[in-house]
Amino acid sequence: MTALLTPALTGQIINLLAAVLLLLSFAMLAQRRILSLIDLFAAQGFVLALSTGFVAYATGQSHLYWSAGITLGLKVVLLPLILHRLIRRLDVKWDVETLINIPTTMLVGIVLVILAFNLAQPVSELAGTVTRGTLGIALASVLLAFLMMITRSKAVPQVIGFLAMENGLFFAATAATYGMPMVVELGIALDVLIGVIILGVFFFQIRERFDSLDIHHLEKLKEE
Amino acid sequence: MFSSLSVVLAIAVAWLAIGALGLVRPRSLGWVARVLFPLGAVLGFALAAVALGAIAEPPTAAVAPLGLPDLPFHFRLDALSAFFLLLLGAIAGGVSLFAAGYIRPGEGTPPGLQCLWYHLFLAAMAFVLVADDAYGFMVAWESMALASFFLVTSDHRIAEIRRAGYLYLLVAHIGAIAILLCFGVLQGGTDDYTFAAMRSVKLAPFWATVGFLLALFGFGAKAGILPLHVWLPEAHPAAPSPVSALMSAVMLKTAVYGMLRVTFDLLHTQVWWWGVLALAVGLATALFGVVFSAVQSDMKRLLAYSSIENIGFIVVGFGLAVTFAAYAMPVLAALALTATLYHCLNHAYFKSLLFLATGSVLHATRQRALGKLGGLIHRMPWVAWLALVGALATAGLPPLNGFVSEWLLLQAFLFTPALPNAYLNMLIPVAAAAVVLAAALSGYVMVKFYGVVFLGRPREERLAEAHDAGIWERVALVWLAVGCVALGILPVQLVRLIDFVTGPLIGKTLSEAAARSHWLVLAPIDPERASYSPFLLLAGIAVVTALAWLAVRQFYHGRIRRAPPWDCGYPLLNARMQDTAEGFGQPVRQVFAPFFREERELPSPFDAAPRYRVKIEDPLWYWCYVPIAGIVEKLTGLVTVLQRGRISIYLIYSFGTLLVLLFLVR
Amino acid sequence: MSDFSWSGAIAQATELLLAVLLAPLLAGWVNQCRAWLQNRTGPGVLRPYFVLRKLVAKDAIIADGASPLFRVTPYVLFGCMCMAAAIVPTLGTDLPYAPVADAIALVGILALARVAMALAAMDIGTAFGSLGARREMMVGFLAEPALLMVLFTASLISHTTSLATVVETLSHKEFAIYPSLAFAGVAFTMVSLAENARIPIDNPATHLELTMIHEAMVLEYSGRHLALIEWAASLKLFVYSCIGIALFFPFGISGGGEALGLVLALPALVGKLAIGGCLLAAIEIVSAKMRIFRAPEFLGTAFMLAVLALLVHALLES
Repeated sequence: MTALLTPALTGQIINLLAAVLLLLSFAMLAQRRILSLIDLFAAQGFVLALSTGFVAYATGQSHLYWSAGITLGLKVVLLPLILHRLIRRLDVKWDVETLINIPTTMLVGIVLVILAFNLAQPVSELAGTVTRGTLGIALASVLLAFLMMITRSKAVPQVIGFLAMENGLFFAATAATYGMPMVVELGIALDVLIGVIILGVFFFQIRERFDSLDIHHLEKLKEE
Repeated sequence: MFSSLSVVLAIAVAWLAIGALGLVRPRSLGWVARVLFPLGAVLGFALAAVALGAIAEPPTAAVAPLGLPDLPFHFRLDALSAFFLLLLGAIAGGVSLFAAGYIRPGEGTPPGLQCLWYHLFLAAMAFVLVADDAYGFMVAWESMALASFFLVTSDHRIAEIRRAGYLYLLVAHIGAIAILLCFGVLQGGTDDYTFAAMRSVKLAPFWATVGFLLALFGFGAKAGILPLHVWLPEAHPAAPSPVSALMSAVMLKTAVYGMLRVTFDLLHTQVWWWGVLALAVGLATALFGVVFSAVQSDMKRLLAYSSIENIGFIVVGFGLAVTFAAYAMPVLAALALTATLYHCLNHAYFKSLLFLATGSVLHATRQRALGKLGGLIHRMPWVAWLALVGALATAGLPPLNGFVSEWLLLQAFLFTPALPNAYLNMLIPVAAAAVVLAAALSGYVMVKFYGVVFLGRPREERLAEAHDAGIWERVALVWLAVGCVALGILPVQLVRLIDFVTGPLIGKTLSEAAARSHWLVLAPIDPERASYSPFLLLAGIAVVTALAWLAVRQFYHGRIRRAPPWDCGYPLLNARMQDTAEGFGQPVRQVFAPFFREERELPSPFDAAPRYRVKIEDPLWYWCYVPIAGIVEKLTGLVTVLQRGRISIYLIYSFGTLLVLLFLVR
Repeated sequence: MSDFSWSGAIAQATELLLAVLLAPLLAGWVNQCRAWLQNRTGPGVLRPYFVLRKLVAKDAIIADGASPLFRVTPYVLFGCMCMAAAIVPTLGTDLPYAPVADAIALVGILALARVAMALAAMDIGTAFGSLGARREMMVGFLAEPALLMVLFTASLISHTTSLATVVETLSHKEFAIYPSLAFAGVAFTMVSLAENARIPIDNPATHLELTMIHEAMVLEYSGRHLALIEWAASLKLFVYSCIGIALFFPFGISGGGEALGLVLALPALVGKLAIGGCLLAAIEIVSAKMRIFRAPEFLGTAFMLAVLALLVHALLES
């Protein structure tokens, strides 16, 4: 079995997983329902874990296996669980309204993807790995997640956008540069977890104050 | 034997003579419509025949003893001019035949005067295409604009039409100023305004860019690219139908000729970003045009916006050709240029066919609004069936001609991964996606146009009195429809003809690859890569259709029964329950909502007489033109300070100027 | 045209005849799978043939206001679909008719069929016909670019737009994973669902005007005209399935025109079509039909995916 996984094939599989990641980012952009958003986020985490595992196999760095495990535990199991509980307690299940309609959002998404690919071209020439084309895809995922944060008007999808951005950065770190030091990785994972918990607390506060999680209400908090 | 150029010039002068003869008896319909216009048509066909022969010949030049003292009119007939003259002659012949049956008195301008402006228009366009120096070009260009202005305002009693004419003249002159400045830049300091001199000048890159941009702006204003398109949807519907057909089919192409002449002939080298700019402008124009044509409720405005879309495609092909030429890929540039030229000819045929058909419908029903038409295929079968050919060709469907140029253009797009610039390699497939979207939308627009006007049931009772077109009109429509079909079925011959044009302009032709393949199969670059044979396709479909028909008759029966249509149990179905034009355009209005500026008036449940009103306007009018008009008004407001109204003040101005000049001359 | 061979001509005729004869079987198989998945007995795989036989024997009833366009359209439709089936390589890639039309012309032929159907629907002048025509053109103006972009992706990989050459190139390349083809595959599935009037865009079993697109257009047809239209619709499904198989699963399609290769390719084709039909039925079971106003979003997503496939190809594979 391991003899089948030649380096070329592994590189192609990582490329394929990168493409699936981009597809998931687009699907999140086009998604209307919050529960599906969380499922897509979990799927993204799974794809990330898989690709980290393949990179670990290709380069022989065993600490990346730990990295993949953490990703699996955190992003596929723990965070979606926390988000599901949050949604149930906040009693929030509605469709997400977007600032601009979905076809226009996707059009802007395509433009961002072209920009990201173009920006990443000279950098990926410098990198020496076989999967250097994936840097453009990682950058595109980050930008698309940012776009998702901008165009949603409810709080929970914005958090998911923030988490998806972190997914993109993680992918850039592992696939394009073959991993980062374990310490950095643990630190980032902890930060993300704490961030979600704090944001959850904030949601309850916002809901108590304004009786809704629509961020437009936050605009009232300005000097008059 | 006379040279082709002198024959062309003689035909143009003969057109002028026919125009002048129209003034002899201006109100006589028999003189104008039965003698002069058919004569003009014969001259048009003769011009087409001469131009067809002249495409393969080497260029000829001549100088006429008119014009300025040290700049007489130069004329030159080369392959590019000959191709556009072929277009002019073929379409003008058909449209003149139609006009012979279409012209009737009582439409604001007497027929003789219309004959004068019409033939002056034709002659001016012919002179534009053979002019070889800047002065002759500008004289012919301005005569063309002026003659078409008078033609557009033929029915000058209506205020809307006067306003449309005024807007048209304004934008035409803005373009003409840009063209004049462009020629000023192109002469490069030699003070010699002949094109031959401009060809030999070597411009600095900065000035070459300035010249190109001025040419794109100036000729683009006449062609109708964004954002200089605002005059097209006003002027084309305002003009009588033969004039709309000529303007849309031929006049817009003289602007394209100008762009091609300046970029490929007078400016020797091209820069890659010129091509990308033209590509972007063309894409925006194409998408804008087709999206707006889908929401119109006036049939001539619909066709006008569709013309904007097709000009967008032509400019896209032009941009691709410039990009390929800039990257020294002459074969691919020839492919893109072939697609552009082919589309010019195709658009001329199918758009003039459609405009003439709407002219017949207008005469028969006196209705321009799509909401008051319908079911005309029963009352006007000739017009309806020939318009079907035009509609299918406009939609870009095989085996007609619209598809061939679209196919060639898409083939040119597919070769762009060979470009050395990675950014362009990524952008251009996306541009191909936009082109394909616009082409699919044009199918939508044509189904709307044809279905609402000709199919279904008549939406007004008056339509029962509609009569079919007369014999002159029928002949013209048949000529144009046959042209559409022939250009679709025999692309290889036309591509070989166009090779004579692309050869001198780019340096390479498609003929090497095309000569290798069969005469029935169009394979522009390599038969292994891509090939298309419309004749065999049509033959295949016809054979299968005939076999199916025969098989069904043979093994079963061919019985038919007539019955009323399915009404789902509702007995009061009437013709008003079909889709209106606005209803058919609603999906496009919804999907492409950001493009439009919409005003909606919705009724409330408590209205005694509920009204629903939707008005779609062009956002660019409000973003570009209204602010500019505001600025111009403010500036003129400042200048009116000078107008005091007292004679002594004006005399002081003259006195002051005289003193200043005396000081200067000293 | 210079390498015309008799074996190639026979192969071409066989493939065309096979397509025409097998297409109703595919439609019947999909219906039967759907019935099994819904725990029903089902109408039987051969039911469409009996339906066609029944329809052809009946009188054709034409509405009072119909023009000759209405009567000609079913034959034109059938002719177009047969031509499309002649171009798509199903059993072998040695097709003498293939140079007649490449991938772009194939999309053009399908567009011709769609426009003819829409015009015939508007011909009668009832609300249903124009409703169906409007919806069909709305689905069409987004599905056609998406399909063309999918075919472009395949063309960019194999450097040709001729479908037979594309299939040959893709089937003989060494095994490599193309992410752009994965994207294109998803987009192609969405487009085929829309174009063949399947859930989630259109319900092929309904006759309610709120939900129908294809059925609204053929409401006035009866007798042999309806038989031809139904046959053309099942041919369209067959052609789309074969395009999908040829682009994404081309193994098993024979290269040359020898009879043995074709005979061996037949079970492969039947097997792939059977699996594809099952999957189609499964997709139809688990999805709900969308509101018609969501259809542009669905197709817009397919279009964006196809454009993404082109971009991913430019980035990752060149």
